[in-house]
Amino acid sequence: MAVLLAIGSVLWVATPGFASAQNLMDMLTSSAFTAILATGLLVVLVAGGVDISFAATASITQYVALSLANQGHLGWVGLLLVAVVLGALLGLVNALLVTTLGLSSIIVTIATQSLYYGLLMAATNGQDIFALPGWFNDGLHWVVHVDARGGEQALNLQIVALALVCGFTGWLLTRTSIGRQIFAIGGNPEAARRVGFPVFRLNLLVYGFMGAVAGLASLVHAQLVQSVSPSALVGRELDVLAAVVLGGASLNGGIGSVPGTLLGVALLAVLQNGLTLLGVSSYWSQLCTGGVILAAVVMMAHQGRRHLVRADASAA
Amino acid sequence: MSASLEALLTGLKRALGPVNLRLLGLLLALSVLFAGTAGPQMFSAASLRSMAFQLPELGLLSLAMMVPLLSGGLDLSIIATANLSALTMAWVLTHGLPAEPGLVWALWQMGAVLAGMLVAACVGLLNGYLIAHLRVSPILATLGTMTLVKGIAVGLTHGGVVSGFPAPVLFLGHGTVAGVPVALLLFAVVAIPVGVMLSRSPFGLTVAMVGSNEVATRYSGVDTPWVLMRVYVLSACLAAITGLVMMARFDSANAAYGESYLLVTILAAVLGGVNPTGGFGRVSGLVIALVILQLISTAASMLDLSQFLTLSIWGATLIAVAGTAALRAWWTQRRLMSPSSHVVNGLQTSGVAVVRAGTIDRTG
Repeated sequence: MAVLLAIGSVLWVATPGFASAQNLMDMLTSSAFTAILATGLLVVLVAGGVDISFAATASITQYVALSLANQGHLGWVGLLLVAVVLGALLGLVNALLVTTLGLSSIIVTIATQSLYYGLLMAATNGQDIFALPGWFNDGLHWVVHVDARGGEQALNLQIVALALVCGFTGWLLTRTSIGRQIFAIGGNPEAARRVGFPVFRLNLLVYGFMGAVAGLASLVHAQLVQSVSPSALVGRELDVLAAVVLGGASLNGGIGSVPGTLLGVALLAVLQNGLTLLGVSSYWSQLCTGGVILAAVVMMAHQGRRHLVRADASAA
Repeated sequence: MSASLEALLTGLKRALGPVNLRLLGLLLALSVLFAGTAGPQMFSAASLRSMAFQLPELGLLSLAMMVPLLSGGLDLSIIATANLSALTMAWVLTHGLPAEPGLVWALWQMGAVLAGMLVAACVGLLNGYLIAHLRVSPILATLGTMTLVKGIAVGLTHGGVVSGFPAPVLFLGHGTVAGVPVALLLFAVVAIPVGVMLSRSPFGLTVAMVGSNEVATRYSGVDTPWVLMRVYVLSACLAAITGLVMMARFDSANAAYGESYLLVTILAAVLGGVNPTGGFGRVSGLVIALVILQLISTAASMLDLSQFLTLSIWGATLIAVAGTAALRAWWTQRRLMSPSSHVVNGLQTSGVAVVRAGTIDRTG
């Protein structure tokens, strides 16, 4: 949090363009895809699992939903429905395999990632779709503010979808009994099982949710880049994972929050945007990202240890 | 005669272990299946040779992934490390290498390889320090170094390619000795000592102990941070050797080669019987798993299937193997639990213990 504020204020002073409403809106729009996926992954991490297959899931839902739309069968509602339901189904397959195979979730989802992605690429020959329906390319806009020069600030599909997913996930995790149960199976699976929580059903929910969210995110991404490419999304899983972990979620489960995750995504997005505005060559931006990730995880590990020491001291 | 044969078989069984035996069975079944569907070409000399050329890259990378997996960790930075050290080697080779073959010429090339190894060892040290001393979880630490190391490579090369290597390097990628590709020989020369080290040496034993229970190992007087440091340095050095092989095979070095292999190495290691939570696994199992994966890949290309379908089948193979294991465990447990079976009480309780352990595993 402090790091984000520090970077933000430095950029504010150093670059006049950074704090403009337009730049902030653009940043929000372009990082909405990552942020939506990160929110879905947060739920899986809180439940004590990891999902690597969501990018492959998103690629499939994107391709299938927009291919159907291209044939003229679907409107907005149908499009969203197909993507979300298909994503949820693929997520349920993950849940089923994670619960029955007795392998850790990271291994299972690496396998399903290979499976989904391979099938998609084989079926499509890796071909992009550039011609999308006009109504989809136009997107959705809700103008909220017109400034003096007539420039419009509009809410678009990306921002609305992000707000909805974050709002729902936050509500699910903190305000419902299901949310408490998800924290419980992540914090101590054995205890949760003995208390009688339905671990299998919760897993279905968690991985299904991840898949559904991936379906939604895939449409958000396709709308932004105005095309569908089956190979564009896979390979970004680890970036999303890094953002969620930077936001304070624990890989061991039971810890994490939606605001934290958003901060993690924002930190990486602001860093990238700021480096561009400062005129740093894009070739070096990955190095900076790596440095920030390392610094953050070291800081978090240090904090965690101090916490542990304090707990020991108070116990003694 | 038959008695001695039986003794030989049980001895073989014991030497191989159940995991390897199952993998060999799968390998045999696949061989028969592919020989039937893809025809005799499948096992022709040319096809075998092409398999032998393709195997070492993934093999060396999987080996680099396996060592940290055994210690209960993970190294996501292996491919970035391989590329950075390949770029280092390539830079040294293309700058200041004497044109005429001679002593300096030979020494310069060895120096290039050494420089690449040194760079990799530095990355390994960084990983080890983060994981062993700063107690960062291995996934996060190596995710960070992966981004950092790739960032360095991209920043220095601007995403470009370095090429133009002397004959010995190219020989490594394309040459054969008595019909066997040099890269495969290199893989054997690396894999056998690593295998022996992991299963027979004190170091290998402590690595497996750290993977099974790190706290207990530390309390029994083992310097676990030192073990972990060596694990990650070893992993990075294996990655550097992969970098050398990739560079020789592609005639060039680049910051982004082989990135799709990252998760496949974990898949191969787990298929080869390496326990992803640490402690158990043998190099021999990994090698059999690699041969299986390679066989699937070659058969797919013979049958004119997409290379991506191969990836799909690899994923499905892992799920199927894990699925049969889970099914068998469930079956045994059911047999033990069923009231009609004449099982003594003690066995039944152990059956219950297995059930409990199974559930913990699954939820975790």
